[in-house]
Amino acid sequence: MSAWTNINAIVKRELGGYFTSPIAYVFLVIFLLLTGFFTFTVGSFFERGEASLVSFFTWHPWLYLFLVPAVGMRLWSEERRLGTMELLLTMPVTTWQALIGKFLASWLFLALALALTFPVVITVNYLGNPDNGVIFAGYVGSLLLAGSYLAITCMTSAMTRNQVISFIVAVLICLFLILAGYEPVTGLLSRFASARVVDLVAAFSVMTHFDAFQRGVIDLRDVLFFASLMGFALFTTGVIIRSHRAG
Amino acid sequence: MIQVDNLVKAFGPKLAVNEVSFTVERGEVLGFLGPNGAGKSTTMRMVTGFIPPTSGAIRVGGYDVLENPLPAKRLIGYLPENAPAYADMTVQGFLAFAAELRGLAGMARRGAVDRAVELCFLENVRHQVIDTLSKGYKHRTCLAQALIHDPDVLIMDEPTDGLDPNQKHEVRNLIKRMGANKAIVFSTHILEEVEAACSRVIIIDRGRIVANGTPEELKSRAPNAGAVWLRVKGVPALALTDELSGIAGAASAEVMKDEAGIVEIRVYPDHAKAGAGLTGEVAELAAQQKWTIDELRTEEGRLDEVFRAITLPDTVKGQ
Repeated sequence: MSAWTNINAIVKRELGGYFTSPIAYVFLVIFLLLTGFFTFTVGSFFERGEASLVSFFTWHPWLYLFLVPAVGMRLWSEERRLGTMELLLTMPVTTWQALIGKFLASWLFLALALALTFPVVITVNYLGNPDNGVIFAGYVGSLLLAGSYLAITCMTSAMTRNQVISFIVAVLICLFLILAGYEPVTGLLSRFASARVVDLVAAFSVMTHFDAFQRGVIDLRDVLFFASLMGFALFTTGVIIRSHRAG
Repeated sequence: MIQVDNLVKAFGPKLAVNEVSFTVERGEVLGFLGPNGAGKSTTMRMVTGFIPPTSGAIRVGGYDVLENPLPAKRLIGYLPENAPAYADMTVQGFLAFAAELRGLAGMARRGAVDRAVELCFLENVRHQVIDTLSKGYKHRTCLAQALIHDPDVLIMDEPTDGLDPNQKHEVRNLIKRMGANKAIVFSTHILEEVEAACSRVIIIDRGRIVANGTPEELKSRAPNAGAVWLRVKGVPALALTDELSGIAGAASAEVMKDEAGIVEIRVYPDHAKAGAGLTGEVAELAAQQKWTIDELRTEEGRLDEVFRAITLPDTVKGQ
């Protein structure tokens, strides 16, 4: 009960923090411009001649690769740099409440950005007759993907008080999670390793699990993959914060 | 309210805080003095539950800070070193956030924010973003945050740092006023602050408590506490020292200045012979000898002298 009040207060503060600075607006505009550019120009939305959002969702892992760490990089590094972490953690709040509050706020912000892409859904429905169930699954997958990247950024941001370092390390980890299941890489890997090893490596990739959502399948295993990725990264964040305090 | 037992904090091989114990009751204002890096901030961070100690026990209001941190933290208002605050929030928003985390809602929250704004003189900047405030206002905003829930225990790391003399005076009075019904601990380098606001002083040096007492007790430990200082016209310095050091209650007499027939001299009391009446004896002697006295006063020990005597490293002391 009181835990929820605390988390709620922190979520409100963090979200407010995005919108009182230009970060939120800059991010939203860039995100929407880039999704539009990738969907219609690079993804040749019109030339495909099919009523689906494949060209929209395909690019999300790559788009998020840079945009999500940009949203999350300040989460803890800024608290450490300003010294407000000392303030926050000496309030009657547990580390976990603070952690979850900050994570949820950023995830909600990313969800808002994603929700603002609704015109593409309207467009595709206006032009043709898409399977809206597949589109819904795509959105769910995209949100989980963003959450996973965000949790990883949370972790890297707790490691350092320098936002740039936290950004770069987060991008590297996320890039690894993409490449492990990216077709050119798995193709290369299959020349040296047995199919089982390739599958095992690919199973760690967000691509493998995100693909299913794009096809319209919400598989419990894929949901669990993203959930456990987030859980692991946030747990590690908590451990890092505790270890900083222990000195 | 605060009970600290054998607190130890090691950073690697270095002991930042070494076997520190003290208690603070309601109605007491404890001043924490010490050179930079003595372990003042580390001790406060442990008491507020920000960093865990290597060993030792801390109880605040009867709650163990390590095992039961939340109820202990609820009792504490804390002003960390350098007064951090969320730079992107307004003063009002920041205080409302602090109040919300302190479990205040609705009217109670609004009332608490109003009260804290008034106490810390923030009315003018209430709707300003914290990033745009001057250092003094930022500092008071963070102080307001610590006072927002009218805490029973108030812990402040250098509460007057970065304030101008008027603001320092205000904050000191505020501390003194609140000290009547709270348990307050604050650290400072400013010795006059301790004399003005504290009922008890702890001097900490290289992680250890080296002195603990009321400001008066500490001052009496100064080398020249209770000494009599006088300026005499037209008497040779040598004759003066001879006569003055001959007084029953005096240990020795030292010439401070000897210029153009005016001699300034200090008579140190012999503490073994209860030197309380030294001033009277000196005055009597002067009357007998018909010296022309310009000025005569009893010296109180000065806290900065005690501080220097206690905290200078041994190597410097030896010289």
